[in-house]
Amino acid sequence: MSSTPSSTTGTAAPSPVADQPPPGPAPEGAQRRSVGNRLGAAPWAELAAPIGLVVLVVVFGILTPTFLTGGNIEAILAASAILVVLAVGQTFVVATSGIDLSVASTMTLGAVVLGQFVVAGTSIYLACLAGIVAAALVGVVNGLLVARGKITDFIVTLATLSAASGLALVIADGKPQPVIDGFLLELAAGGIGPVAWPVLIAVVVAVLAHLVLFHSRFGLRLLATGGSEEAARKTGVHTSRIKIAAYVISGVLAGIAAVLLVARVGAAEPASNTSFLLNSVAAVVLGGVSLFGGRATIIGPVVGAVLLTALVNGLTLVGVSQFYQPLAVGVVVAGAAFLTRFSK
Amino acid sequence: MTAAPTAAGEDLLVARNLTKSFGSVQALKDGSVTVRRGTVTALIGDNGAGKSTLVRCLSGVHAPDSGELLLGGEPVRFTLPEQAQAAGIETVHQDLALVEDLTVWQNLYLTRELTRGIGPVKLLDRRRMRTEAAAMVGSLAVNVPGVTQRVRRLSGGQRQAVSIVRAAHWGTSMVIMDEPTAALGVQETARVEELIRDLRERGLTVLLISHNFEQVLRLADEVWVMRAGRSVAHRHTAGTTGEDLVGLVTGAVAG
Repeated sequence: MSSTPSSTTGTAAPSPVADQPPPGPAPEGAQRRSVGNRLGAAPWAELAAPIGLVVLVVVFGILTPTFLTGGNIEAILAASAILVVLAVGQTFVVATSGIDLSVASTMTLGAVVLGQFVVAGTSIYLACLAGIVAAALVGVVNGLLVARGKITDFIVTLATLSAASGLALVIADGKPQPVIDGFLLELAAGGIGPVAWPVLIAVVVAVLAHLVLFHSRFGLRLLATGGSEEAARKTGVHTSRIKIAAYVISGVLAGIAAVLLVARVGAAEPASNTSFLLNSVAAVVLGGVSLFGGRATIIGPVVGAVLLTALVNGLTLVGVSQFYQPLAVGVVVAGAAFLTRFSK
Repeated sequence: MTAAPTAAGEDLLVARNLTKSFGSVQALKDGSVTVRRGTVTALIGDNGAGKSTLVRCLSGVHAPDSGELLLGGEPVRFTLPEQAQAAGIETVHQDLALVEDLTVWQNLYLTRELTRGIGPVKLLDRRRMRTEAAAMVGSLAVNVPGVTQRVRRLSGGQRQAVSIVRAAHWGTSMVIMDEPTAALGVQETARVEELIRDLRERGLTVLLISHNFEQVLRLADEVWVMRAGRSVAHRHTAGTTGEDLVGLVTGAVAG
């Protein structure tokens, strides 16, 4: 069947079709492409985040000795945990060729719901669960509107971005609610050895996400849906259910991030958290995940999230005004997007 | 892989008076076709005659508005592709329905993934799927360069082969092919035609949609002709000429 029967590509047993002469116009050099592949032209997108992280560590390591101390590395990782969890959720949605602009607002809503349950005097565990469920419900709404309502993901999640943060303001009456609790204190300050709980949680989330995406039926069908919804549907994939599930996963992870956020801040605040939204998308782009869907990794966005956090940490240590930090993030993301151009 | 050879020749699939409208456009006014077990049946007609709509009704992509569908004598109704698949009907769609970002083996096993269980957790058995996909491709003697390649890297003919291999492997009773050679060159077309003959020799039933009347006469046992959303004629290819088919398709010859 090949129109470029080369001696190296024939996998089939000797057959009447295998020994035909090569046809005239070879389709856009499959061989040339595989050579380019070997030269490393393709994986640039996926390498952007790891390379960027190494460069960053070297540069800041030289600029300030504090950067590479154990304490600071622990601080960077602990500070990355929330973004890692959000970015993993964002990855599931982006892999379906969607986007979840509501992740940060959903996290805010989850945090505020958690705070209200604490105020009402329930157990902290129930409060955490309530926060996660509230965030999951936003994911359900997103999923239903995108998959069943057939409304563009961008518009749907822009609407829930606004709605969830508005709801958080209404519920919290616009005021931050201090949450002082032994469990959350331990979550924020404790850990196993030098590894903080939030870091462990982020690692567990990332490992589970990797298993789900690359080693489960659901993951394969999700990637198929993102790669070509039409083809997936014709092959018998329930693409609507897959999309809904992706938004629910993003919502649940935003809820887990909300628990980590409340523990870290010590309060449930109806703040907008816009930088978490931008950075979650930035981490996914840095991680080499195709915004057109169908191709994704988990490790890429995780490294991307750590990179963005390390960048801000390093700039702060070097003494660069925090006004420059969003600018630096923008430059790094644009640079990563530029690299991905060479992966096509 | 093979349909029961004992029952060769009986009606496997009968569609009667299927209709389908999209808004105010009635794409299919009377889709009727009978496919006998173990044969290659062709469906021809001009662009817009309703061939692809009829095919999509048979493969579960569209649910017909009305009409009757019998499979092995039993009435069936497909509203989802998986229902047709469960009945043993596989389709090589005109667009091939392959996910370019996935590898060949992933496409071959999509929705039929093999898993191995660790307690209640079921993980994909990637190695077994790769091995068996290679065997699947090899059994049809097609030259696909490795099942771990992404479909994006394959040529048009190779993609066609992957889609046909998938349909032939999972289609336990019937394979529908919607213009499988429309986008192919002369050599690749010859290879696909060889595959179709091969499928029939294995006892599979094929419904072939084609624009190429010579191809239809080469491959098919029977021909159904569609015109303006209706099935208008049925012929055995033996004794039928290309001119006859042109006349039927254009309406110069009444069905």
